[in-house]
Amino acid sequence: MSDPRMWMIWPDNAALSILVLALIAMFALYAARAPMHGLLRSASHALGGPLRLGARWLFGVAAEMRARNKAVLLAQGRRETGQRIEREFERLALLVARDLQGYPTLQRKLLEEITRVEEDYKKCGEVPPPPPDWVDAVTAVAKIKTGGGEVVQKILVDIRQSLESIHDKALAEYRRAYQMRHSILEGFMPYWRSLDKTMKQVDKNMTGIQDAAAQVDAQMASYKEIAARSDEAESSLTNSAFTQFFIAALVMAVALGGAFVNFKLIALPMSEMVGASDYITSTLRTSEVAALVIILVEASMGLFLMESLRITHLFPRIANLNDRMRRRMVWISLTLLLTLAGIESALALMRDMLIQDKQALLQSLAATPAVVNEGWLGHIPTAGQMVLGFILPFALAFVAVPLESFIHSARTVGGALLANLVAALAFALRILSNLVRQASRALVHAYDVLIVLPLLVEHAVHSLRGGAPEGAAPPVDVGEKTLHPLS
Amino acid sequence: MKIRTLATSLAMAGLALAAAGCTDSRSHAQAVYMLVDNSGTYAREAGKAELVVNYLLGTLRPGDSFAVARVVNRSFSEKDIVAKAMFDTRPSEANAQKRAFRAKTEAFLRTVQATSHTDITGGLIQGAEFLNETGAGSKTIIIFSDMEEDLDKVTVRNFPIRLDNIRIIAVNVTKLGTDNIDPRRYLGRLDAWHKRVKAAGAAEWKVINDIERLDGIFANS
Repeated sequence: MSDPRMWMIWPDNAALSILVLALIAMFALYAARAPMHGLLRSASHALGGPLRLGARWLFGVAAEMRARNKAVLLAQGRRETGQRIEREFERLALLVARDLQGYPTLQRKLLEEITRVEEDYKKCGEVPPPPPDWVDAVTAVAKIKTGGGEVVQKILVDIRQSLESIHDKALAEYRRAYQMRHSILEGFMPYWRSLDKTMKQVDKNMTGIQDAAAQVDAQMASYKEIAARSDEAESSLTNSAFTQFFIAALVMAVALGGAFVNFKLIALPMSEMVGASDYITSTLRTSEVAALVIILVEASMGLFLMESLRITHLFPRIANLNDRMRRRMVWISLTLLLTLAGIESALALMRDMLIQDKQALLQSLAATPAVVNEGWLGHIPTAGQMVLGFILPFALAFVAVPLESFIHSARTVGGALLANLVAALAFALRILSNLVRQASRALVHAYDVLIVLPLLVEHAVHSLRGGAPEGAAPPVDVGEKTLHPLS
Repeated sequence: MKIRTLATSLAMAGLALAAAGCTDSRSHAQAVYMLVDNSGTYAREAGKAELVVNYLLGTLRPGDSFAVARVVNRSFSEKDIVAKAMFDTRPSEANAQKRAFRAKTEAFLRTVQATSHTDITGGLIQGAEFLNETGAGSKTIIIFSDMEEDLDKVTVRNFPIRLDNIRIIAVNVTKLGTDNIDPRRYLGRLDAWHKRVKAAGAAEWKVINDIERLDGIFANS
């Protein structure tokens, strides 16, 4: 057994031994100060250098990814906005064709109505015939002085009577003329109404065209923003992509729930077709996989249907098909979807029958009387399952729409997240490299603390000589600043 | 172009390997062989055996195998199998088979005749043969007995038997009159059977005395 006090210089005086050994160690460490500082510095560089290099590279990668993401996003945005503008122009062309095509007829109608109104107006404007010349004669007669002669008086009475009769006749004529003008004016009303209606129609058409033109203007402004590769356009497109991504994910989650219900409906009856005892994995039955495959085939048919109807654009080859082929594809996919929906409905019925059979067996085994559910109420679940089995495939077909949005927006969302992840990694590496540098500096200081006595002596000697001692330890460069011993 | 071809080939090969690896070739079917003791006073427990049979019929799935055999003077014989069936993989057919199976076992259990001797070992050997032939992934022998083996002088059963990977479950192990006098006889009997079936390579040994807890039979399967 070794002696535990073997290391002691004076076995009887541990304190003295420790002191002497510490002094020896201190001077040994002082002697090794420069190489040790160098070693720490090298280790710091060896560790921190690659970390800094890695951080810089990752920052570069992140910037490149962002640039690529931006390019892809803007290209995608430009394509989509271009398509929207195209559609707006098509709509505008339709509006113009529809509204302005009938414009000559409308104009002719307007002109005819205006001419008629003008003619009628002219008719209304006709003044009654001026009083006949005999009015002057009457005036002259009225100025005749009677002088009390009977003959004159008689003549004047006759004249008055004649005048009164003529006046009555003229007044009647005048009234008749006004009545006629009133009737003409009354005849104006339908034309005015028609004119008003026609003008309103023109106004509505013009407003519709103006709205469509405003839409095109807005889309064009957006297109210009994208073409100018502005940050606003990028930010707007990114936000739009994130919104689309989450909405599409939500809708797809709902659709997934529908698919699960669908799966539950057909998994049991599928065991009647492919057997219930075959397993693909330790927990996954072949019948379950078959049910899953049927659901996926339905979803695929729905996807092809949506593609053929040009609602989605996931497969350029389908989109590029000519109209005849496309129509054929629509009918084929629709027929297959209908067939699968019919099969599902039948499977749903079979499921119900199987469950009832199993229930009956279990009840007979348990020796309890079977619960008989007669009447139409007992058939509701069966009918419900069948209807659900028929409807769900068609409902699943519409998953193609959110799927397309999901796929398109996933590129932007995934790219943005990946770029941020790489940047975060670069940041972590930069922090790590700084930590290594700071740790190296702390170790250098700690080393100098261990050899503080020799350093004090050196400092004193240096002060006495008034300059740096020969062979003194050189200043230590640990990165940002040069450290002088005890300075 | 070459890289793309190579990548496509690798992907196809990977998919093929994954598909091959995914296929589970192990049998997931269960096979159950039930021995019903007919000897002496235990023959009166036949009503409870019917409950066990009904429970098993309700639990077993399409593709599983089931057999009920009686324990008589010498039980190492196919003639002692009262009813056996490998249920069809189609659930509707399997249900029909279960109904027929139940009718058979019911008829047997209602007219059971008590025998003078009890050959449990012979029944175990016969059961092991039946279960191994089914090729099922999980094999179980249920012994509905008091576990008191009583052989005649001619019958030889004192040799090592093979029950590899078979679960042995003793159900309704009733206490004999002598067990009540000295419970160590009962415990010793169960312990002896435990040691014997374990030595024979059985996967598990279990005793279920409460018929109400039959779900414990397949609790871990």
